[in-house]
Amino acid sequence: MKGGFEIRRVQNTYRINQTTSWISLEGSINAQPGQFVMVWLPEIGEKPFSIASIEPFCILIVAVGPFSNELQRLSSGDPIWIKGPLGHGFEIDGEHMILVGGGYGSAPLLPLAKAARAKDLEVLVCLGAQNSASILLQDAFEKSGCRVMVATDDGSRGKKGLVTLIVEQALQETIFDTLYACGPVGMLKALAKICFQHHLDYQLSWEAHMRCGLGLCGSCEVSQSFDPSLPVGWLACYDGPVFKHRWHPKR
Amino acid sequence: MSVNLENILLNNPLVLASGVMGTSPTLLHRIALAGAGAVTAKSCGPDQRNGHPNPVMVAWEHGLINAIGLTNPGVEEEIPLLKEARKKLTPHKIPLIASIFAGTVDAYGLVTKAIVAAEPDMIEVNISCPNVQDDFGLPFAADRHSAADVTRAVKQFAGKIPITVKLAPNVPDIGRIAQAVVEAGANAITAINTMPGMIIDVDASQPVLFNSSGGISGPALKPIALHCIAEIARAVDVPIIGTGGVITGRDAIEMMMAGATAVGIGSALWYRGPEAFKLILSEMIKYLEKNKYRSVREIIGKALIK
Repeated sequence: MKGGFEIRRVQNTYRINQTTSWISLEGSINAQPGQFVMVWLPEIGEKPFSIASIEPFCILIVAVGPFSNELQRLSSGDPIWIKGPLGHGFEIDGEHMILVGGGYGSAPLLPLAKAARAKDLEVLVCLGAQNSASILLQDAFEKSGCRVMVATDDGSRGKKGLVTLIVEQALQETIFDTLYACGPVGMLKALAKICFQHHLDYQLSWEAHMRCGLGLCGSCEVSQSFDPSLPVGWLACYDGPVFKHRWHPKR
Repeated sequence: MSVNLENILLNNPLVLASGVMGTSPTLLHRIALAGAGAVTAKSCGPDQRNGHPNPVMVAWEHGLINAIGLTNPGVEEEIPLLKEARKKLTPHKIPLIASIFAGTVDAYGLVTKAIVAAEPDMIEVNISCPNVQDDFGLPFAADRHSAADVTRAVKQFAGKIPITVKLAPNVPDIGRIAQAVVEAGANAITAINTMPGMIIDVDASQPVLFNSSGGISGPALKPIALHCIAEIARAVDVPIIGTGGVITGRDAIEMMMAGATAVGIGSALWYRGPEAFKLILSEMIKYLEKNKYRSVREIIGKALIK
């Protein structure tokens, strides 16, 4: 893991929807799927971002505040600064994989799906969001050869309802080895419960308020109240962001 | 491996340094389970503070630099957190050290008056945070008179709870400052806080930290810490919590040979994770066994010229 900043130039930006952009940077990043980086824009700030692609190195930007707005204004050749990769990512475990992405939580799942497809593993991706426009990267997952199911709160794409609905349905129909997910805390809490009921191994990528990103300041602790299987004092930036729960020791 | 810190028994000399892991009771519990001999909570002041905007910390070639900016919930909110932490630590017999800061001598007294309700085993008086000068002016640790004034104000309200005063390295004569705070009633000294520094990114032509300057910690700090601890050990006769750049067991031994009774651990958690406590401890034990020491207490001050 790297704790200092390194300059990277923007290669391309691609607008996905009104609030979301895909930014590719020069070169690749030596990272595991699910690891993250801190992005610094001098005089503006520093925030954590998932790695949405390892080679080329890409991040997904959703405009939620001044920092992400500024990132979206970048164009080809502009510099940004990267600290990382940081934390611990996903590990491919078993052969039958179900990936669950809530909103922009689909970003770190994409390199995982690509790594699994490179090993010719079957991957089912369940994506959920408020509406059709907020379903992100569906075509990228499909292009990688994953089967994709979608749920939206308003029913404007896929099934109407929460993504957990289609996950439950998939678990009835197919036996999976491990569930992998990233998304809002509420979704992850619900998925941890579902995995508990199904006695299914899981790897959940948690989001938390990050300050130092280096495992020292204690800002990004994820409470055991979210998932009782989490160890005491678990830090999203250092121990995570991916928490892996296996019912039996690793095969 | 036990040591005695002003009548507080530590199972081992390693103390979680203040500011690392914040004040979350569950995080302090984790560090206790990871093998710390005692834990220090993050400094709290009279009022809630968000701290500085990001970036607040980076690693560089020889250490870390941080300017978190004393993020804390304010003393009233801090008390229930410390009580909860104590409840979790007591079964493991791990002492809890509260840490306090304030902007004026009187405010130090008031924060102390409030924090005793949490019944910490010790109160650390942070008079040396290097990255809040814009808000608080020069640290009290910069001058022996103001350092002593703060110590007296805290002592007045601390009751039976022993206090340790955390000193800054960037002073001309740290021994004299140690003398002044001990005369004012300090039961122990924590030395040192981070050293003021700056890291510049030439591509950005900017300091990396939002606050421009911050506190240097990690390996770069160790020789400075050893010098300061030795100076303090020669000047006063109270226990010292030696803090600054301890990453390995040998580093911890060096701190104790310079005169420290206990050893603060902070940046090591970036280099080695929370496992740092167990690793450092086992490396210390290996050294002590190889060199036929019967107790870790035998090495305290061993390297000081008599």
